[in-house]
Amino acid sequence: MKDTPLANCERDFLLKAIEEKKRLDGRQTYDYRKIKITFGTDYGCCFVDLGKTRVMAQVSCEIVTPKENRPNEGIMFFNIELSPMASPAFEQGRQSELSVNLNRQLERCLRNSKCIDTESLCVVSGEKVWQIRVDIHMLNHDGNLMDAASIAAITALYHFKRPDVGIQGEEVTVYPPEERDPIPLSIYHMPISVSFSFFQQGTYLLVDPCEREERVMDGLLMIAMNKHREICSIQSSGGIMLLKEQVMRCSKIASVKVSEITELITKALENDKKARKAGGRFGFAESMPQERITALKKDETPVEMTDVTETAYDIVQKAEAPPQTVPSPVLPVPGMGQVGLGLQNSWGLEDDEEEEEEDDDSVEEQEEKVTKMEVEQHRKEQSSGDVVEISDSEEEEVIILQPEIPNRGPKNAGSSSDQKGAAKSKKRQTK
Amino acid sequence: MMEVCGSSNVSLREFGCEQSLLSRPDGSASFIQGDTSVLAGVYGPAEVKVSKEIYDRATLEVLVQPKVGLPSVRERSQEQCVRETCEASLLSSLHPRSSLTLILQVLHDDGSLLSCFLNAACMALMDAGLPMSCLFCGVTCAIHADGQIITDPTAAQEKESRALMTFAIDSTEHKVLMSSTKGSFSVHELQQCIAVSQKASEKIFQFYRDSVRRRYSKTL
Repeated sequence: MKDTPLANCERDFLLKAIEEKKRLDGRQTYDYRKIKITFGTDYGCCFVDLGKTRVMAQVSCEIVTPKENRPNEGIMFFNIELSPMASPAFEQGRQSELSVNLNRQLERCLRNSKCIDTESLCVVSGEKVWQIRVDIHMLNHDGNLMDAASIAAITALYHFKRPDVGIQGEEVTVYPPEERDPIPLSIYHMPISVSFSFFQQGTYLLVDPCEREERVMDGLLMIAMNKHREICSIQSSGGIMLLKEQVMRCSKIASVKVSEITELITKALENDKKARKAGGRFGFAESMPQERITALKKDETPVEMTDVTETAYDIVQKAEAPPQTVPSPVLPVPGMGQVGLGLQNSWGLEDDEEEEEEDDDSVEEQEEKVTKMEVEQHRKEQSSGDVVEISDSEEEEVIILQPEIPNRGPKNAGSSSDQKGAAKSKKRQTK
Repeated sequence: MMEVCGSSNVSLREFGCEQSLLSRPDGSASFIQGDTSVLAGVYGPAEVKVSKEIYDRATLEVLVQPKVGLPSVRERSQEQCVRETCEASLLSSLHPRSSLTLILQVLHDDGSLLSCFLNAACMALMDAGLPMSCLFCGVTCAIHADGQIITDPTAAQEKESRALMTFAIDSTEHKVLMSSTKGSFSVHELQQCIAVSQKASEKIFQFYRDSVRRRYSKTL
């Protein structure tokens, strides 16, 4: 599905508003939207709401063999998933330019800034290291995915705890959380990305652009910084020329924003830790707002079980017996056609039409009849004297198993009409 | 014959739902059953790719996003279960040559995931305002090794169980729209589980009704 295009008048309106230092949602130029951080039930799961933009990060780990050139370093893996839920323009399972850009920027922000101590992730040098995988799912796209993703990723990494590992000689044991407390990752600093969008060839600058603003912007500058005011990565895209002063000004704004966000993350992590320690309820299920009109919650409800056993018993009793298995795949349904329908097996006899008409009972009976006919046919062959050795072994077998053959053999030595009569009489017997 | 034991096991965990919590999709809902939670988003009716166009009804696409990694065979089978249920209840012939996309994102899996998918899907479809002939809900039943039936099992209970069944039940006649089973069980046990699920579905439909009433009421 394509994204809805932006109308020219909408574009003009947005640009005009930006010229007048006004934003659609009433923010000031350097204002961030409201940031909300919530945690999931398990470790390393974090949701970030940046205004209406919503992102989920999940950290997981597994033991893998390290890269050959780095035998005692753990591996960090980042995966940004642009789920079609976030925007109709995102397609499932396709690497778009945006997702590649975001992935690359996140890697530069978190991996290349060496904020995580990868050496502490080594279990056995050259053989076993932890691979930390960060999955980021975009749930709702309302602009500035990068900042939301970087906040979600670093918060989830801080929140994450990996299982403890014990080494005794050659043996490596991974302890479940019940036996030994899982240990958090060692993280040196907290790089956070801040995005600036430029309009009218860099004349106007906005912090934290929303989706509409992103669509009319000329260029984007992303600065990843930690609270010690160290720049971890800087990237300008959109092909815009920036002056040195502009970049300096942006980095100053970024340092203020980063210290605010860092404070918020630390506070959120502390709150979650407290909640977990207190043993109370925590996680996403608890973060559901109760005061909203669109939300409703119901406590644990018992299911009435009074007559369940009886009902089930009744159904089983009343149920029809399963249909008998039919050896031939002919379906007796009106309107159904099948190859060879209405024709008859001409292998046994040339003409036995009346018999077929008479006999429309069960399939088993028919089959029995056919075998009998085959037997008779064979008998005919036998009696005619000159036996041609082309009859297959199947018929041979039938003859051997029929006990009546020696008695009735000579009687059926007549013409084909004679034989038909015999077949009829035999059928009556079976009925 | 197995006997259904005391009602302590036969209960639904606390469940909750929030609708229209995302701004981009046409309909969205998050459904929570105990710790299991799922986020659903619906787009549509919208433009459809020519290759997927069906001339007399809407094309429904269901996507299940796992929490870690990429969708695999397990997710594909869950997608199919949800899609078939939705197709049975949606009046898709009212929107021919258009696409409906339902995305289900796992937020936390603590058992009864498929039933949570179904419930979230129904709430999201309701939120999107798509015409449906009936509502549906999902109920998961587990049969414990000793023959006890547990409704809405947690992940630990699922692991211990001998058989696991999920039914989608419609709101008008309380009939089974879809069933997905795992493990071995007798015909009688199956019928018992269906009967239990039908009972449990009444509670969920009541919840649907309450939440819609709350939403369109003037007071909280």
